[in-house]
Amino acid sequence: MDRIPVLKMGEFLLVSIQVDMHDRLAMTLQDDITEMIVRHGSEGVLIDISGLNMVDSFIGRMISNIASMARILDAEAVVVGMRPAVAITLVELGLELPGVRTALNIERGMDILRKHMRSTETTGDADSTR
Amino acid sequence: MHESEILSRWVDLQQKLAGESDVLKQQDRREHARRLVAAFSRAAQSGNLDDIHTEGWRPMLDALKEVSEARAALGASTAETATFFFSLKQPVFEVLQRELASHPEQLTAALWQTTTLLDKLGLYTVELFQKTREALIHRQQQENLELSTPVVKLFDELIALPLIGTLDSARTQVVMENLLNNIVSTSAAIAIIDITGVPTVDTQVAQHLLKTVAAARLMGADCIISGLRPQIAQTIVHLGVDLQNVTTKATLADALKLALQRMGYSIVKRGA
Repeated sequence: MDRIPVLKMGEFLLVSIQVDMHDRLAMTLQDDITEMIVRHGSEGVLIDISGLNMVDSFIGRMISNIASMARILDAEAVVVGMRPAVAITLVELGLELPGVRTALNIERGMDILRKHMRSTETTGDADSTR
Repeated sequence: MHESEILSRWVDLQQKLAGESDVLKQQDRREHARRLVAAFSRAAQSGNLDDIHTEGWRPMLDALKEVSEARAALGASTAETATFFFSLKQPVFEVLQRELASHPEQLTAALWQTTTLLDKLGLYTVELFQKTREALIHRQQQENLELSTPVVKLFDELIALPLIGTLDSARTQVVMENLLNNIVSTSAAIAIIDITGVPTVDTQVAQHLLKTVAAARLMGADCIISGLRPQIAQTIVHLGVDLQNVTTKATLADALKLALQRMGYSIVKRGA
């Protein structure tokens, strides 16, 4: 596998990582996601890592970076489905991913994105009426 | 012929050596001694007096194993167990001395051979005893680890982890794994970590707590730490531990209220 598919679901992008990532795969994914956000003007990115069994500091940092890049491009990134072992490893590596939103599963992640969209919509309206 | 004599002398000696402090009942001690002397006499007659790891000594080793395990289970000390076995030397030497009194050279050789043999068997006993004790300690540690980290479900998607006892690295690991696995299995959105039962919080314990909270957050669950006693709050601030990013509450009740509120529930008293 040389590419992880990035799927467009309405306003959101869905990325499901079902294999163990190697460095090149992570770099490609970073390119693809940022590209897709810009092309479709996506408001949110859901990154499902429930298939990820192993992480190292590089992959941990990549996840963090992708989330930061998405935020700069005005899309909310939510990392969902992290396994307990992966969470422990990341914490032990000192990568606590501050600023990255997390959720237990895709459903909850979707809720977070919808809520986020609603809140930005209402503030957007408030701005336009002024 | 000499067997019964050695046995009765040995039991008497043990009685004298052990005094009041021995944990074993006299009856048990007599039974142990009887079996060992019988096995020893059979093994010695089988011929090989130099190597205790031959087939002839197998029943003797088995008997020793049983006796040392029984003593370990009753809580005897290492010294007691060693003294118990080595006190066999005296009656055996007495018999040898009497029998070979007219042949001094043979006597020396026989004494040397016997003492080497009994030393080997004695060391074997102590080793077994130690192993049994170590297995016991290991099992207790394991049980402690498992017993002390229950995760309880308080409400739909709300779990609590009441911590009791000091948190060290090994326990934190178990606590963390337990909590994270439970978050997955109950699909919890909020986890309350209650540290009412943690006697002291030092920088290391605080560090471990923060790690657990961070790992739970990575999995998408919020953590609330509750049960901070006044002294602990003081210690944490004095130590300069940063708990700014963690929600803390004084009691489990407060944490429960906050959790339910965050999940969108409101508690209404009926009839009010």
